[in-house]
Amino acid sequence: MTLISNSVRSWFLTELASGMGIIFKHMFHRKATLNYPHEKGAISSRFRGEHALRRYSNGEERCIACKLCEAVCPALAITIEAEPRDDGSRRTTRYDIDMLKCIYCGFCQEACPVDAIVEGPNFEFAAETREELYYNKEKLLANGDRWEKEISMNLSKEAPYR
Amino acid sequence: MAETGFWSGYAIPFLLILGYILAIVVPLLVTVAYVTYFERKVFGLMQIRKGPNVVGPFGLLQPFADGLKMLMKETIVPAGANRNLFLLAPIITFTLGMVGWAVIPFDEHLVLADINVGILYLFAVSSLGVYGIIIAGWASNSKYAFLGSLRSAAQMVSYEVSIGFVLVTVLLCSGSLNLNDIVHAQEDLWYFIPLAPMFIIYFISALAETNRTPFDLPEAEGELVAGYQVEYSSLAFTLFMLGEYANIVLMSGLCVILFFGGWLTPFDVEPFTWIPGVVWFLFKTALIIFLFTWTKATFPRYRYDQLMRLGWKVFLPISLAWVVITAGALHLFGWMP
Repeated sequence: MTLISNSVRSWFLTELASGMGIIFKHMFHRKATLNYPHEKGAISSRFRGEHALRRYSNGEERCIACKLCEAVCPALAITIEAEPRDDGSRRTTRYDIDMLKCIYCGFCQEACPVDAIVEGPNFEFAAETREELYYNKEKLLANGDRWEKEISMNLSKEAPYR
Repeated sequence: MAETGFWSGYAIPFLLILGYILAIVVPLLVTVAYVTYFERKVFGLMQIRKGPNVVGPFGLLQPFADGLKMLMKETIVPAGANRNLFLLAPIITFTLGMVGWAVIPFDEHLVLADINVGILYLFAVSSLGVYGIIIAGWASNSKYAFLGSLRSAAQMVSYEVSIGFVLVTVLLCSGSLNLNDIVHAQEDLWYFIPLAPMFIIYFISALAETNRTPFDLPEAEGELVAGYQVEYSSLAFTLFMLGEYANIVLMSGLCVILFFGGWLTPFDVEPFTWIPGVVWFLFKTALIIFLFTWTKATFPRYRYDQLMRLGWKVFLPISLAWVVITAGALHLFGWMP
């Protein structure tokens, strides 16, 4: 019997036909396409995107130049130089991240005791030259100002798990 | 008229024929461009994607964007290549994709050359198609291109045989080599009903003949990069692409003429007879092209030995047997045309 059914199946191409039927049905499925630049997918609050240096609400920068992020960075992407400021507080004079070296592991934001360096939700920062991706303190602070709303929302969402 | 003048004897007929050729080739090229769009769109839908939808409304200008991109690229001729043959190969493929259309009847009298050996001509043209590919593979002086072209040559030659027998069966039933007469012979019954197995063999062989999945071994991206096209760029590559797709359209058109009654209406009653034959012909051809695309979206690639086994050990005996059966039946029941 199996011989007969097998040969009937192979002679009448039933399996090929049923495969084609399945593919045909797929034509009417809901499309999974996301029209990317116009539509964007949802991003987790744990998403590790472009870095940002945050400020307190009074405008004072959070970073205290403890250099924990620099020490923990496995890619050696972070370079920090620090000096006491006129008012005696310890601040960075230089805070560079080489975004080309960075592997987006998120260790820097985990190491930071004051939530100063964070990886924000932005992932669209492609550039045309390497130099544009050597971020300095100015650029990172600007990022912090630009994404503060989203970053603080994400941080508060993640607060119970930290 | 003892003496035909230059104008009435040669120049005007020549210009007239040139006009006819342009009237066929230009719409054909546009069709070929849109077959690529159609294919991508259908693939997209079948893979739960949307397909091209950015350039123009519904992505309708995509083929032109692609063409323009191709034209702007640099034509690279590899250092070790045989320059003349290298550039000749895509021209051959492209030309052969076009010349087949000379005998295809779009409607009752809408045909460039209504010759009595139309089907033989088409068979010859499609057999020559292998030259473009094998010359491309040899002239490229690249191992991938060469392997691809060898595979292609073996494949096309193998499946040409079973296509030949399919054509013979249709010829037995219609009693003419003229494509117009073949269509007229189907006025009562389209041949895909009595000759269903031959239609399937024709379709699968046509897939192999045009190097489409599941028989796209000559260009197998996974192993041979792109087979015989690997060294080609810019306009030469475009010509290959156009030739290939023109061949697919030609094979679909031939399929419609052989098995689906060419320009005939499916039902010889009022609303269907209003639609001109050209529209029916094009509509049926589009359906067959859809079938080509559908199979490409469904099946993975065959292994080379499986391909050869299918060609020589399955299709050849079946089609040969069916020729004998058809001939016997026609003779026995006196249906011989």
